Amino acid sequence: MESNQAPQGLMGSNDNIQRTQYPYVTGTSVVALKYKDGILMAADMGGSYGSTLRYKTVDRLKPVGKHSLLGASGEISDFQEILRYLDELILYDNMWDDGNSLGPKEVHNYLTRVMYNRRNKFDPLWNSLVLGGVKKGQKYLGMVSMIGVNFEDNHVATGFGNHLARPILRDEWHENLSFEDGVKLLEKCMRVLLYRDRSAVNKLQIAKITEEGVTISQPYSLKTFWGFSAFENPTVGAEGSW
Amino acid sequence: MAVTELPSKGGFSFDLCRRNDMLSKKGTKPPSYRKTGTTIVGLIFQDGVILGADTRATAGFIVCDKNCEKIHYMAPNIYCCGAGTAADTEAVTDMVSSQLQLHRYHTARESRVVTALTLLKSYLFKYQGHVQAALVLGGVDVTGPHLHIIYPHGSTDTLPFATMGSGSLAAMAVFESKYREGLTKEEGISLVSEAICSGIFNDLGSGSNVDICVITKGHKEYLRNHQLPNPRSYVSSKGYSFPKKTEVLLTKITPLKEKVEVIEVGDAMEE
Repeated sequence: MESNQAPQGLMGSNDNIQRTQYPYVTGTSVVALKYKDGILMAADMGGSYGSTLRYKTVDRLKPVGKHSLLGASGEISDFQEILRYLDELILYDNMWDDGNSLGPKEVHNYLTRVMYNRRNKFDPLWNSLVLGGVKKGQKYLGMVSMIGVNFEDNHVATGFGNHLARPILRDEWHENLSFEDGVKLLEKCMRVLLYRDRSAVNKLQIAKITEEGVTISQPYSLKTFWGFSAFENPTVGAEGSW
Repeated sequence: MAVTELPSKGGFSFDLCRRNDMLSKKGTKPPSYRKTGTTIVGLIFQDGVILGADTRATAGFIVCDKNCEKIHYMAPNIYCCGAGTAADTEAVTDMVSSQLQLHRYHTARESRVVTALTLLKSYLFKYQGHVQAALVLGGVDVTGPHLHIIYPHGSTDTLPFATMGSGSLAAMAVFESKYREGLTKEEGISLVSEAICSGIFNDLGSGSNVDICVITKGHKEYLRNHQLPNPRSYVSSKGYSFPKKTEVLLTKITPLKEKVEVIEVGDAMEE
C-alpha cells in the first residue's frame, strides 16, 4: 500500500498522526488506602461510553509483577496500552534473572515517566493511575495523573473520588487499620460514590496486596438505603408543588 | 488662563469607561464580584430543621470577609442559607423576607415555608439564572418541618438533607455516610458541624467558622460561630516591640489661620 507520509523518525511532527483529544470509554473513580498488612484498593466494574453505562464487567484493577497492583480510571483503551507497556517492562526484568524484581516504587516511577513524556508530545494517555504494593515489608501507595502529576500518600482517590471520598478518608483513616476496618472504610467511600456519581455502577471489586501477593475479590454489590420518609411523600403540606 | 473643570452634579459618570475599556483590551481583568464560595447544609431531625454554613467570603482568590453571615432571616420560623454571589443572596432573601412580613400582616397567620419557596423560585426563574443565588431554605410551620434547595435558575428540591456551594461534595460525603432518620438535636448539630468542617478543610472556597441555626416548632436558636476550628494560633513569643521613642525636647502648638475663603460652587445641599 502506497503511503504518502514523510519518513518518520528523522523529521519532526507528522500532521497525519491523530492525538487523543477526548476519552471515549471511561472508568470512574478508584479509591485506595494503606492498612496494617499492605494496600487495599477498590474500583467498580463500569465502563461508560459517554453517558451510557455500556460495559459492566471491566476489570480496572490488575496485578503488576510480584509486588504491585495497578488501578486505573479514565480511557479504558489507554489503560490496556499501559498494561502492555508494563508487561514488557516486567518481562525484561525477569529476563535479567538476577533474583531482584521491580518493586512498586520503581513501577510508579516508570509510569510517571511514560505519562509525562506522552503529555509533552500533546498525546496523553487519558488515565489517572493508582499504584500500590509491598516490597520487603515497605508499603507504597502512589498516584499518577494524565499530565504526569505524581505523588505518594497514605490514601488516594481518582476522579470523583477526589471530591467525595477524600474528605471521608482524611477524617477516618489512621495507621494500622485492620483488614476488616479497611474494607469497611473503602465500602463507605464506594457507597457515597454510588449515590452521587452518575457513572458509578453497583458492582465493585476490592483488591488487596500484601507481602504474600495479590488477591482480587469476586465482584459484589453494596446495599443501598432509599427508605427516607421525606422521599415517600415530598410534597406533603404543599400539594401541587415538587 | 486655565479653566477649572467643575465636578458633575449627578447621574452616572462615564469618565472611567474609556480607561476600563483600554485596560481590558490590554489584558487586565476587572475586579471580580464578591462571592460566597461556600459550604451550606441543612438537615431535618426529629423535632425540626438544622441549617449550617461556613463564614468565608471570597473575591476571586482573596478572602474578603473572614466571618460573614450566610444564614439569613426570612421569618421568625424560617431561615435561609445562601451560596453564590453575595449581593444576590442578600438582596433576594431581604426582598422575600419583606414580602413575607407584608403577607403575615395581611393574613394574620404564621408564614409557611412553601410560601417563601414559591416567592424565591418565581423570582429566580424570571431572571433566568442571572441572579446567581443558590439557597437552602428551611423552617417549621403548621404543616411540619420542611427543607428545600433552590437553584439559581429557579428549580427546587425537597429533601431530608441538602448541601450547596463549592464545598457541597465534601459535606455531602459526610451526610451520605452518616445521616439517618430521627436524629436528636445534639446528634443533628454535631452532624451538621462535621459536614461544614469537612467543607472548610477540604474545599478552598470555604473556611473560617461554623454557623448553625436550629428551628423547631415555636422556637429558634441562632448559634453564630458555634465552632471556631481556625483560631489564630501563631503569636510571636517575643511579643511585639516598637522602636525606642525619640526624646521630646520641645512642644509648641501653632493653630492654622485660614488665608482663603471657600465659596461653594452651585447650590449647596442639592439632592
